[in-house]
Amino acid sequence: MPLNLSTTAKITWCPGCPNSAILVAFRQAIEEMVGTGKIKLENIVACAGIGCHGKISDYLNVNSFTALHGRLVPAMTGVKCANPALTVIGMSGDADSYSEGLEHLIHAARRNSDIKIFIHDNQVFALTTGQASAVSPKGFKGRSTPGGSIEEPFDPFSLLLSAGATFAARTYAGDIAGTKKIIETAVAHKGFSFTEIVQPCITFFDTRDYFKERVFWREGGPATNPDEAIKLSRKEGEKIPLGVFYSVEKPTFEEQLLK
Amino acid sequence: MRKSHESVFTIGIGGAAGDGIRESGATMGTILADLGYEVFLSFDYPSLIRGGHNFARLSFSKEKMWCDHEALDVLIALNEETITLHRHELAHDSVVFADSFEPQDIEVLKGNAVTMPIAATVKEMNAPAITRNSMALGAVCYLLDLPFDSMQSLLGRVFKDKNPELNIKLADIGYQRMKGTGFRHTKKIHPAPEKKQLIDGNTAFAKGLMAAGLDFYVAYPMTPATSILTFFADRQKETGLRVIQPESELSVINMALGMSYAGKRVAIGTASGGFALMQEAFSCAGMAELPLVVAVSQRQAPATGLPTYSSQTDMRFVIHAGHGEFPRIVMAPGDSEEAFRAGVEALNLAWRYQIPVIVLLDKVISEHSATSLIKTEGIKIERGLISAKAGEKYGRYEITKDGISPMAFPGTPNTVVKVTSYEHDEAGITVDEPGPTKAMLSKRFAKSETLNKSLNHHETVKVHGDHSSGNVVVFWGSTKGPVLEAARYLKKPVKFVQIVWLEPFDAKRVAEELSGAKKVIDVECNHNGQLAALIREKTGIAVTDKILKYDSRPFEPIALAEEINDKL
Repeated sequence: MPLNLSTTAKITWCPGCPNSAILVAFRQAIEEMVGTGKIKLENIVACAGIGCHGKISDYLNVNSFTALHGRLVPAMTGVKCANPALTVIGMSGDADSYSEGLEHLIHAARRNSDIKIFIHDNQVFALTTGQASAVSPKGFKGRSTPGGSIEEPFDPFSLLLSAGATFAARTYAGDIAGTKKIIETAVAHKGFSFTEIVQPCITFFDTRDYFKERVFWREGGPATNPDEAIKLSRKEGEKIPLGVFYSVEKPTFEEQLLK
Repeated sequence: MRKSHESVFTIGIGGAAGDGIRESGATMGTILADLGYEVFLSFDYPSLIRGGHNFARLSFSKEKMWCDHEALDVLIALNEETITLHRHELAHDSVVFADSFEPQDIEVLKGNAVTMPIAATVKEMNAPAITRNSMALGAVCYLLDLPFDSMQSLLGRVFKDKNPELNIKLADIGYQRMKGTGFRHTKKIHPAPEKKQLIDGNTAFAKGLMAAGLDFYVAYPMTPATSILTFFADRQKETGLRVIQPESELSVINMALGMSYAGKRVAIGTASGGFALMQEAFSCAGMAELPLVVAVSQRQAPATGLPTYSSQTDMRFVIHAGHGEFPRIVMAPGDSEEAFRAGVEALNLAWRYQIPVIVLLDKVISEHSATSLIKTEGIKIERGLISAKAGEKYGRYEITKDGISPMAFPGTPNTVVKVTSYEHDEAGITVDEPGPTKAMLSKRFAKSETLNKSLNHHETVKVHGDHSSGNVVVFWGSTKGPVLEAARYLKKPVKFVQIVWLEPFDAKRVAEELSGAKKVIDVECNHNGQLAALIREKTGIAVTDKILKYDSRPFEPIALAEEINDKL
């Protein structure tokens, strides 16, 4: 019997928003993981932050914790510490985790908290109607930077892999099948898993054509050292690699804490 | 110097930070408590690790000591600065021990200056400098006419992990040396037969939480709340509870909310400044109805303020903490015994009502010790209303008459548990229409009504002293100590009204106690008279006589008694 994963909530994303594709990929991944007996449905906790991405918790008929803006990550660690049988999945955005509360990502990576974080990265504040985020390109003309942003974006992969993340991957929202597969791999990882979902914002930063031409699934397995993984995550010329860049196993924060 | 009552004896021990003054005070206090004395031990220190002036002050008596007295009967000076700083606290018959004295000190102290080559003796024995305290301790034992033989086993127990033979030997040297000077025994106070535990408020509060079944304590270090964190950290193996020190106060409280959502009993603790960082998530606990206990220990603010000194300036801050309107409880224990009970009650009430509960402490409650009765037996653990019919129709925020929705936790088969920082419907799905918004806000405040109906089951207000007196002194928190100590020195009978619950405020009870009074005097350690204003707001009673202290130090009981007497 297929799972009933939808709720009574009306979907309020812009028509055509890639968030809907991410939602489909998530539902399919949950169906697959629960269907094959890898996870019990009642043990999934889908956490979310605040931003367009965060609406996803209303649309998934699973346990959820919709946290404050930028404060999703510590809440996830709290859930996992309290009940290590739970699979703690977090949906966050580039504003929600890169602009506000970035320190929590770094520390969760450092302690290898057994949580699975997915950053819906559309390089813009969308729900607040189009301001530059910490990863908007320099020169980005948003509503708070009409003359173009004067700040450089930072590279989350360099930062989080240096901080100690034990899993790092990138996928593209437009590729539902690929995203579903990456979600399953990231969730299966034991320890802190970090996945960036590259996502155009069709209303405030329409990068559909830009990404469609540039993203590609890289061949080969993940690196086993962070420096190599950082290299794998970087653009190859104009091309943006998708796939798992890094996957190693280390003792998790929760298993050491509760030992 | 204002004299304390004959039956009170006060010892001061002063030296540099790192001299072990705190330990020395604690050792002496423990020994006196073991002998059956009522003891109050304060510790005064600046925010630094080495150097600076540290001072432990012990007042003891056979009757309850509510706080320490300024007037010293004995001063143990491990450095010259101690004499300079505390000379004005000495009475004509006070005894001062020091390695050596400056001529001007001898002139003032005369025969009461007792030279004890403490540093030289310790050096001779190749003992660490910190053991100087043991020698002084022995000398004090002689002064108090405590037979050294009977002290020995006590010392052995107190020093059991700290080289007992060496410490006992040094104490004996101190005792014999004092005896050899032919110095008189000073006044003798017979202890009461009942023995109590010398305990500080942070430890008592932590024991209360533990007795009420705490699973996790999460905190970022900040004086004066830090010792709760270290107390639990040392007890993880024996208790099974776990301690986490995350990257910031913001992480602390959000992590705690995640734990609470998953069904674990969690408490967090910080000073007022740390709590300021937690405001948004504190509000989230209210919105998402996640049970949470927060210990807030006040220092002298604003901003970084005086990290190791005290105030009562954050009452207004915590009763209004967090944006938006939502029910919470704020209780302000006035001593270690009340701090223990607050730990128990806070955790149980947080889970009964699914609300955040603040226990408002301050440096004095947190770090000063008093002989107390702490009974850990027979504590009831209330886990709150757990859903019996969780299943496909389960809604975490089911609207009920008393506002309390049955709880289920993630991991329950066929049950979806959704919590959120957004306004939401019964299933935990975001809403933004006025009808459901009002319905859910009303549901949360229905819990307030339920709680308000049960206020008479709680010690929201305590009355001490002469219940029939028309003269009333009203106070809250750690001011209880100096107020009740001052009570012994008042010229007229007085009723003392202690407000323990600041939110919800038991207006009916407070009005009953204050209305009809001839005179009401408000005593607080803040500039604005926050309690007086709160009483007026909640009861309409204007309390215009105020004794306010806002220099970061607690009231001194004899000085406070004089101020109250002036107003009576």
